[in-house]
Amino acid sequence: MSSPFPFSAIVAQDTMKLAMLIAAVDPSVGGVLVLGDRGTGKSTAVRALAALLPKMRATVGCKYGCDPASSSVSCAECATLKASGATIKSHLISVPVIDLPLGATEDRVVGALDLESALARGVKTFEPGLLAKANRGFLYIDEVNLLEDHLVDLLIDVAASGENLVEREGLSVRHPAKFVLIGSGNPEEGELRPQLLDRFGLSVDVTTPQNIEERVAVIKRRDQFECDTQTFTTTWKRAEDKLRKQIAAARERVKTVEVTDAALTRAAQICMALGTDGLRGELTLIRAARALAALEDVATVGDDQLRRVAPMALAHRLRRDPLDDSGSAIRVERALAEIFTEVASATA
Amino acid sequence: MPLNASDDRLLGGLDLVATLAMGRPVAESGLLARAHGGVLLATMAERMSASTSSRLCAAIDTGRVQFARDGLHGQDAARFVLIAFDEGAADDERPPAALLDRLAFRLDLSEISPRVPGEVETPSSEAVNSFDESVALAKATIDEEQITALCNVALAFGITSMRVAQLAVATAKTSAMVFGRAQVAEEDITMAAELVLAPQAKSLPNSQPQPDDSEASQDDATDDTQMRQESETAPQSDLRDTPSPQEKDTNDSPKDTSKGEREAMEDRLLDAAQSAIPSDLLAQLQATMLPVSAAQGQRSGGSAGRQQLSKLRGRPLASRRGDPKSGARLDVLATLRSAAPWQTIRRAERAAAQGAAGGMQPPVLIRRDDWHVSRRAHRSETLTLFAVDASGSAALHRLAEAKGAVELLLAECYVRRDQVAVVSFRGKQAETLLAPTRSLVRAKRSLASLPGGGGTPLAAGIDRALLLADSAQRRGMSPTLVFLTDGRANIARDGTPGRPQAAADALGAAKRLRAGGFNVLMIDTSPEPQDAARALADAMRGRYLGLPYAGAQGISAAVLAQTKQTKATR
Repeated sequence: MSSPFPFSAIVAQDTMKLAMLIAAVDPSVGGVLVLGDRGTGKSTAVRALAALLPKMRATVGCKYGCDPASSSVSCAECATLKASGATIKSHLISVPVIDLPLGATEDRVVGALDLESALARGVKTFEPGLLAKANRGFLYIDEVNLLEDHLVDLLIDVAASGENLVEREGLSVRHPAKFVLIGSGNPEEGELRPQLLDRFGLSVDVTTPQNIEERVAVIKRRDQFECDTQTFTTTWKRAEDKLRKQIAAARERVKTVEVTDAALTRAAQICMALGTDGLRGELTLIRAARALAALEDVATVGDDQLRRVAPMALAHRLRRDPLDDSGSAIRVERALAEIFTEVASATA
Repeated sequence: MPLNASDDRLLGGLDLVATLAMGRPVAESGLLARAHGGVLLATMAERMSASTSSRLCAAIDTGRVQFARDGLHGQDAARFVLIAFDEGAADDERPPAALLDRLAFRLDLSEISPRVPGEVETPSSEAVNSFDESVALAKATIDEEQITALCNVALAFGITSMRVAQLAVATAKTSAMVFGRAQVAEEDITMAAELVLAPQAKSLPNSQPQPDDSEASQDDATDDTQMRQESETAPQSDLRDTPSPQEKDTNDSPKDTSKGEREAMEDRLLDAAQSAIPSDLLAQLQATMLPVSAAQGQRSGGSAGRQQLSKLRGRPLASRRGDPKSGARLDVLATLRSAAPWQTIRRAERAAAQGAAGGMQPPVLIRRDDWHVSRRAHRSETLTLFAVDASGSAALHRLAEAKGAVELLLAECYVRRDQVAVVSFRGKQAETLLAPTRSLVRAKRSLASLPGGGGTPLAAGIDRALLLADSAQRRGMSPTLVFLTDGRANIARDGTPGRPQAAADALGAAKRLRAGGFNVLMIDTSPEPQDAARALADAMRGRYLGLPYAGAQGISAAVLAQTKQTKATR
C-alpha cells in the first residue's frame, strides 16, 4: 500500500477523526483509543493520518529524529552536538507513524544490541527499536487488547515518561521517545484492562454506519480508490491540503489560545459531577478543548469546546456504577446537560 | 498452517542454525510470507486462537506481513488465498469472528456425501479450460445503483459488517471480469449475493430481529419458530412483499428516479440469495431468533470458559523473558536460543576481564537477560451456580423440582467436568448449601436436606450468589448463575419484613450482580409469570424464563440451552 486512503475521504466517523486531529494538534492530550466493530475504518484512519500531517524538521543522521530547535529534549548524540555549538544540519521528514506489528518481541520494541555487529565483529552497538522510530510521531497498535500484558505496560510507561531506557548486555542507553499512542481494538475479541483504558487521553467508540447512504458511500469510495488510486488521490488532494494547513495553523495557535478561569472551573465542575479519579480527567479535558479551539480558530476555550470534547476525554475514566444502567457515554452526556442547563438558567 | 503455529513459524524469525553458521543474522521467513502468491490452508479453523487469527487478519488486510522479532525487523509480501476448514461439530465451535468477517465465500459441504459420488457435479474440463485469462485482465466497473442494491440486500440479511459488503462488490466485479464484461451486470451481483451474502445471513429479510424478543417466554418463542418454518416452506412470494425498513428509507428519497427498477433488482437479488441459503443455515437462523440473553457480548466469558494464564498447566504459549523465581518454569531451549548469538561478545569480554591469566571458560555464557520462562494457557472451568428460593411462597413441590433439576444438571456437568454450587434463601437469610463441587454424592446429600418455608429474603440470596460467583471467578472459573424464584421478595436485606423495602433491596442487589457481567438465567417458578421476576432479570441483564409448569426436566433443558447459547453467541 504505497498511497494511503485520504483522511478527508473517510465517510462519517466524525468523532474518531476529531479525536485524531486533536491528538495531532496537541500530542500532550496523551493518545487515542479507538474501540469498535470490525471493519469500521480504524486502521484506515490512522494510516491516512500519517500522510496528512505536515512534515517536521529533524537533525540529519539522528536515529531518533531529534528536533534541532528543541533545547531540552534530544538524544545523547544531539545533546553533545548542540553543546559543542556546532551548526546542526537538518532536513524535513514526514511525521513517523509506526505500526506495532502483532507478535513483536520486546527487544525490537525497546531496542537491543545490533545482532549483526555482535555476530560478525563482536562489537556492541545499540540498535534502536520501534519506540525510537516513533519518537515525535505516532505509535499505532492494532488489536491493543490482544497485545501481551508486559508489552502494554512497557509502552504505557514510555508513553507517559517520554523516555526510553534500555539496559542490555551491559549497555545502557537512554533516548527520547515522545509519541502519541493510538490503540484500536474490538472489545468483543478480548477485554481491555481498566488500567490500560485510563492511560489513553481520549477514547472513542466507532460503530458500523447504519444508514444506507453512508454505507454505499463507504463502498463506492473504497472501490474508486482501489480502481484508480491516482485519480482518487488527486480528487481529494485539495481537501487534504486544506486540512493539513489547518493542523499546521492550529499547532501554532494552540500556544496562544486562552484558557480562562471560568473554563477551568467549568472543567472541574464537569469532572466533579462525574466523579472521575485524579486530575488526569481535567487536564485532558482542558488540553483537548484548547486543541479544538485552535483547530477552529477560536481565541478562547468556551463551553462549546468543553462540551464537545468531554465525552471522548472522560467517558473511559468513569467508575463502573452498578446502580446506573446506562453506558458511560450517556452518563457524561447527562452530566453535561445538567451542568449546562444550570448555567443557562443562572444567566437568564 | 498447523493449528496454533507459533509466531516464529507464522511470521518468521531468526534462523539460529544458519545465523550461527554464517556469522551474521539470517532471517527465516514465516508461513504467511511463504504462502505469498499461493494458497494457505488452515485446517481445524474452529480451534484457531485469537492471536493466530489476528496475525492472519493483519496479513489479509495489508497484503504483507510485518515482523519485529529476535533482533530482526522488516516486512514480506503476503498475498494469499486463505482456505479455512471449519470442522466444528457443535454450533459453539466456530472459527474466530474476525477471520470469518474477512472470508468471502462459505461453502457448506455437510450435504455432500462422499458415498454418493453420482450426485456431485464435477466441472467439465472444458469449462475449466474455457476461462481465458487474457480476457479477465480488464478491470470491470460497478455503478452506484448496483452497490446500493448489494448494500441493501446485505442489510436485509442482517449483515452489518462493511467488509462483507465490500467483498460482495469485489466478487461482482471479479465475476464480470471472468466473463469478459467491462461493466458489472445483474448476473454478477446476483452471483455475489448468492455466494457472499446468503451464506453469511444473520437474519431473514422478513424477520427483523426484535430487541423485545428477550421478553418473550420460551413457549412463545417455540411457537414463533414453528410459524417461521411454515412460512419458509410456503412459496416465497410473501417474502418479497415485505421490504426491509432500509429499502423503505431509500425509496422515500424523491431524487431516485430509477427506484422502481432498482427495487425490482433488489427483489430478484433477495430471492436468488435466499434460495442459495443452505437449508441447515436456515434452521440455525431460526434457532438464533430464540430469545437471546441481553448479556451476550457484555463479557466474553461464556460457559466454554475464559482463557487463563497459568504457569504450570495448559496449552503452551510462546515463552518470554522473565525470572523463573516467581514459580514459572525456565524454558531451557528458549534461554539457550536467546543466549546463542551473544556468545562471541561475551567470550571476548570475559577473556578481557580475566586478563591474560585466563581460566576456565564455561561452554555457554548465560546471563540473566537470557532467561526465558514458559507460559501456559488453560481453559477456565465452568461453574453453574443455583440460587434456589426455598421460601413458603415457592411452594414445596416447586422446591422438589428445583432439586431434581440441579441433580440432572449435575450429572451433565459431571460429564463435562464442570462444577456446581447451590445457594438457598429462606426465612431471614441466605446460605451456601453447596460450595462449588464436582461431587455428585455431596450435592445430592446437601440438596436432600434443603428445608423449605418462611419469608423470601431475595436481596440476601442475590448477594450470596454474587459473593460466591465472584470468588469463583477470582479462582479462574466462569460462573453461570441460575435463579429459581418467583421474585416476590418480602424480607429486606437487614432481615426486617416488608415488601416495598425488600423489593427495592432485591433490585439493588440485582444491579450489582449485573456489574459483575455474569451469565444469568432467571427462572420464574410462580404459577403465573410475575412482573417482579422479569424486572429482576432485566436488572441483572439476564435471560428470563417463565416456567410455570416446568418440571425438573424442563428446567435442566432450559439451563443447558442457556449455557449452549452463550457459547454460540460468543
